[in-house]
Amino acid sequence: MKFIDEFRRSELAQGLVRRIRQNSTKKARLMEFCGGHTVTILKHGIRQLLPPTIEMLSGPGCPVCVTDNADLDKAIALAQIPGVILTTFGDMLKVPGSRSSLQKARADGADVRIVYSTIDALQIAQENPDKRVAFLGIGFETTAPTIAASVLQAEQEGISNYYVLSLHKLCPPVIKALLDSGEVRLDGLICPGHVSAIIGSRPWEFIARDYSIPCVVSGFEPLDVLQSVDMLVAQIESGRSEVEIAYRRGVRPEGNRQALALMERVFEVCPARWRGMGLVAHSGLRLKPEFERFDAEFAFEINPGPVVEPKGCLCGDILRGVKTPQDCRLFAKVCTPESPVGPCMVSSEGSCAAYYLYGAAGE
Amino acid sequence: MCLAIPALIKSIEGKEAEVEIGGISRRASLWLTPEAKVGDYVLLHTGYAINIIDQEEAEETLRLLEEMAELAGEEENEIH
Amino acid sequence: MEPLVSDKILLAHGSGGKLAHELIEKSFLRAFYNPLLAKLDDSATFDFSGRLAFTTDSYVVNPIFFPGGNIGKLAVCGTVNDLAMAGAVPLYLSLSFIIEEGLPQEDLLHIVSSVKEAAEEAEVQIITGDTKVVNRGTADKLFLNTAGVGLVPEGVDISGSKAKPGDKVLLSGTIGDHGIAVLSQREGLSFSTKLQSDCAPLNKLVADIIKVSPQIHCLRDPTRGGLATTLNELAKQSKVGIKIEEDKIPVREEVQAACEMLGFDPLYVANEGKLVAIVAPEDAEAVLKAMRKNTYGKDAAVIGEVRQEHPGRVVMKTRLGASRIVDMLVGDLLPRIC
Repeated sequence: MKFIDEFRRSELAQGLVRRIRQNSTKKARLMEFCGGHTVTILKHGIRQLLPPTIEMLSGPGCPVCVTDNADLDKAIALAQIPGVILTTFGDMLKVPGSRSSLQKARADGADVRIVYSTIDALQIAQENPDKRVAFLGIGFETTAPTIAASVLQAEQEGISNYYVLSLHKLCPPVIKALLDSGEVRLDGLICPGHVSAIIGSRPWEFIARDYSIPCVVSGFEPLDVLQSVDMLVAQIESGRSEVEIAYRRGVRPEGNRQALALMERVFEVCPARWRGMGLVAHSGLRLKPEFERFDAEFAFEINPGPVVEPKGCLCGDILRGVKTPQDCRLFAKVCTPESPVGPCMVSSEGSCAAYYLYGAAGE
Repeated sequence: MCLAIPALIKSIEGKEAEVEIGGISRRASLWLTPEAKVGDYVLLHTGYAINIIDQEEAEETLRLLEEMAELAGEEENEIH
Repeated sequence: MEPLVSDKILLAHGSGGKLAHELIEKSFLRAFYNPLLAKLDDSATFDFSGRLAFTTDSYVVNPIFFPGGNIGKLAVCGTVNDLAMAGAVPLYLSLSFIIEEGLPQEDLLHIVSSVKEAAEEAEVQIITGDTKVVNRGTADKLFLNTAGVGLVPEGVDISGSKAKPGDKVLLSGTIGDHGIAVLSQREGLSFSTKLQSDCAPLNKLVADIIKVSPQIHCLRDPTRGGLATTLNELAKQSKVGIKIEEDKIPVREEVQAACEMLGFDPLYVANEGKLVAIVAPEDAEAVLKAMRKNTYGKDAAVIGEVRQEHPGRVVMKTRLGASRIVDMLVGDLLPRIC
């Protein structure tokens, strides 16, 4: 596969690893913000290849993991309304809310359908004119523009039974909140490549400028991640802190103007609840008033019931990079992929799931 | 959020493209990349082309990595 | 086959009356004809001497028609393969139909025809069966249930608990073909591909490899849960560790591409025409050669070996040379966006 296979060539990976080992003298704590990067790192065993000077920390960039129970309960309650078809990305199906999950709701009779794209949801809406099709909008800036496009497309094509429950979140504000909390000390940040494909590299500049933390925008193949580590090491060794783009084939500094325009047309910024971090200002997206008729929050009376947080679950701390899965007393004992307590164990890129599934041999 | 893969545009009809990756094909929406052309590679995320891949940059990156691999190999040989 | 009175299957077709008899005689018996079945007794009786292998399975795949096959072909191949994995020569199958009222007659006949073809290829006979028709909504179009018996040749003793450190792990061909072919037809996930299910009867492939080596320790077909789950099962049963190499595992480009798009790992995608063989190291070459000569083993490869370390676990050397654990599949494979 073009532009994938070339970036998995093992001899080039070895070259990068040798370079990193040769150049890395200072201790460096690097955080990969994005869950997709965590998966790449664990899947290819990248941690094993890095020198002991480098410590990798997983961040809260997993839109599934950071969806808190109150929002999840809302989605489940929406699915349970008669006449509603709840369409969702597969990631959300098994995440436990206060009392249930979308999967359990489906087993109890709710019409929950997994889709790959909002386009499929729009099609379901057209094919079921007597039903109301709600789409569970999760994801960061990579996904939000596609949901915005779906709303505009529904408007254009006169699809009146399509709704969006927006749980979309924005990345830069949460990184700022994380850094401001003082809980995490970072020497470098691997920035999410596909979020940056949309928003560009400029929104990360405040991190380098105000917090003196080097940033590299990274792609998702193993060579991309290794190249980004190499570039971060170079910055750290020379005392620089800048925003650099390693993922040059996928990211332009100004991002994707059309995608940003779509997002701005349909959504407005609002506060959002992040699991483990509480309410973070200006970090969520909701539909603008003029698109109210597509907004599930307005179209439906959603009664999620009281929120219950799982006891002993450290997802919040793990997401903030303050604890690791092994620190959690529930990890691998009570909380497993078959019976997850918190979302970090459900999401395929949640730290806990990744540690559980991919744990390095010999560890 | 993260899962987007490079796909080749084989044909375009209005705002929709037929894209291909490794022998499988599906339609993709060009709402986010209306300027995309047949022959472009795009990043496919949840059925939308979210960005056009810069093929020159891709080749440049690979060239760079190849150079680094060579140099790093030489340095190691020197040390030994 | 003669057309039935209605063009849809009705509840009456399962109630034992005239319509039911018509269905059995005009479609099932005609397609599967053999002397034992023709007796239409409540049970089929036959003689045997030796060690019997006996298996049962139910088939509930959705959609019932997929590229490269359908639920009927799947039922025959799946049952035949379960017997073959014990080293047995499959002999007889039972086949029960649970039909959802309203299933188009044409669909049923098509499936029956596939069952016939698959049984002929595998050289098994369907000697007894059952038909039920249930109310609309209580069976997803069609469910099939089978049982199968086969004869285990003398001296053959293959079991999931017999793997030994030093043994080689062989895989008969590309993984993920079936799962992805089926997925390409699902609502909400559509993509088009020339990929077909690899659904196939493997009994002759097994016979070929048993011929060249008396040291086939384990045989298993990696169906639901994929190669990763099967290897984990074997590691646990035999209380050994298994180490495989990522770049030795054959995967078709289309399967890889679909997995990349949906966020799957081919190691966990179902196969219906592949097997894993764990073989004493000195016989590995010969077994590989024999596999490759058979049409269902032409892409066979040695993918790893059995070791004493990390008993019960499967470890994989990645393309980059690092190692990681490969666990069994938990729950279902779900497409993801992250």
